[in-house]
Amino acid sequence: MFTGVVGSEGSEGTPVGRRVVLGMLALGAAGVALGARAERALQRVIDPLRRRDPTGLSDLVPIGSFRYYSVTASVPRLGAADYRLRVHGLVDRPRTLTLADLAQLRQTSLVRDFQCVTGWRVDNVPWSGVLLRDLLADVGMRPTARALTFRSFDGSYTESLTLDQATRPDVLVALRMLNGPVSHDHGGPVRLYVAPMYGYKSIKWLGEIEVVDRVSPGYWEVRGYDVDGWVGRSNGRDDDPV
Amino acid sequence: MIPSEQLPAEDTPAEGSRLATVRRFGRVTRLVHWATAATMFCCLGTGAVLLLPPLAELVGRRQLVESIHLYAGLALPVPMLVAAAAGSYRRDLRSLNRFTVTDGTWLRANLRLGTWRRAQAGAETGAASRIGKFNAGQKLYAAFIAGAILVMLGTGTLMRWGAGLPGGLPLAWRTGATFVHDLLTYGLAFGVAGHLWMAARDPVARVGIITGTVPAWWATREHPAWKASPRPPDRR
Repeated sequence: MFTGVVGSEGSEGTPVGRRVVLGMLALGAAGVALGARAERALQRVIDPLRRRDPTGLSDLVPIGSFRYYSVTASVPRLGAADYRLRVHGLVDRPRTLTLADLAQLRQTSLVRDFQCVTGWRVDNVPWSGVLLRDLLADVGMRPTARALTFRSFDGSYTESLTLDQATRPDVLVALRMLNGPVSHDHGGPVRLYVAPMYGYKSIKWLGEIEVVDRVSPGYWEVRGYDVDGWVGRSNGRDDDPV
Repeated sequence: MIPSEQLPAEDTPAEGSRLATVRRFGRVTRLVHWATAATMFCCLGTGAVLLLPPLAELVGRRQLVESIHLYAGLALPVPMLVAAAAGSYRRDLRSLNRFTVTDGTWLRANLRLGTWRRAQAGAETGAASRIGKFNAGQKLYAAFIAGAILVMLGTGTLMRWGAGLPGGLPLAWRTGATFVHDLLTYGLAFGVAGHLWMAARDPVARVGIITGTVPAWWATREHPAWKASPRPPDRR
């Protein structure tokens, strides 16, 4: 491998440096081509380990688990005492609901994947809470209602759905996920779960639902994401449907 | 490299030459080193926040962190490209690129002997006396960093703009790019940590990359076959 001539440095010797750089580029290209398959294989190894890992160290392997995204510096921690969900706008009976109010409405459970637009996906997540359409029926919609605007109590994040999307049977105001109350890091105590759409539609730390007459694009949507974030049919991606 | 606070008596040259200095790095090379170091630090820091959930929870502000990471990443190769116009920098690149027989011997001694301490002892018997301006470890590290920067740039570009390419890039490629980017992050973190560890052990090497000059006795001991030019008196 090192067949260079002994002598003064500089012009003599083998250009191993260049070969290392080119080799890394080739490996990188191979990784881009085959990495998706490698990642899936790794995930099969890591997932069982992660389930039995009390230290949380395996979460440092950035594969097949939830990643924490927040657009603000810090989010208030709200619980049963101080959490409120305000539902207002083009409705007959505006309401401000506590956690207890939400728990009294009919609860629906789903087991569906969570697919992020940045590529990661968590399979078979148990969700439960109030179907958004049950909540909307409870407050009563005016005839001019066409869309919903969601606001997070983090103070910045907003989302949107059309009325047709919001009344699907797989759109949930989630109180529980992963067999427990929705934790703060996952957007608790209450978040939205829009099963057929990418994760940015499932607004975390849900604080307000306003019924409006037209869609106003949400936080990431004014920054380039598709307003209709169907998994596999938007944002230039072709993921399997959830 | 041996920590050089305490010189063995037999290595101490004559009194006059003890104070002599030689020029190790030109201004351009040092500027490139520190600009790249600062940008790399920025990339690794913001990258850690994007990648590690506990840090992400601590910092939040994802969009800001993402933008800093993106622009720092795009800036990373710029100092090296600009400096390629300077002859002194190109000469340094050439000596980093070229591997001689000595480098092969040095590497084999290191790998075979395992620990760095024993490698040092082994290398001193033979190849050490023929080490030029850079030893084989330094050459490999430089090539690794150059290659890693290019791979990170390529995969990062696919991750950021892959969806918008005409015709759309296959999703598997973008997942693959994310995979390579994440994996190489750990490689780079370990590489840079090793680089800092080596630097922490040799104060004179640190003086060299900060001021550009090193004592002649150090150059003779660490890089015996390097034909350094004595520091010109007018630049003192």
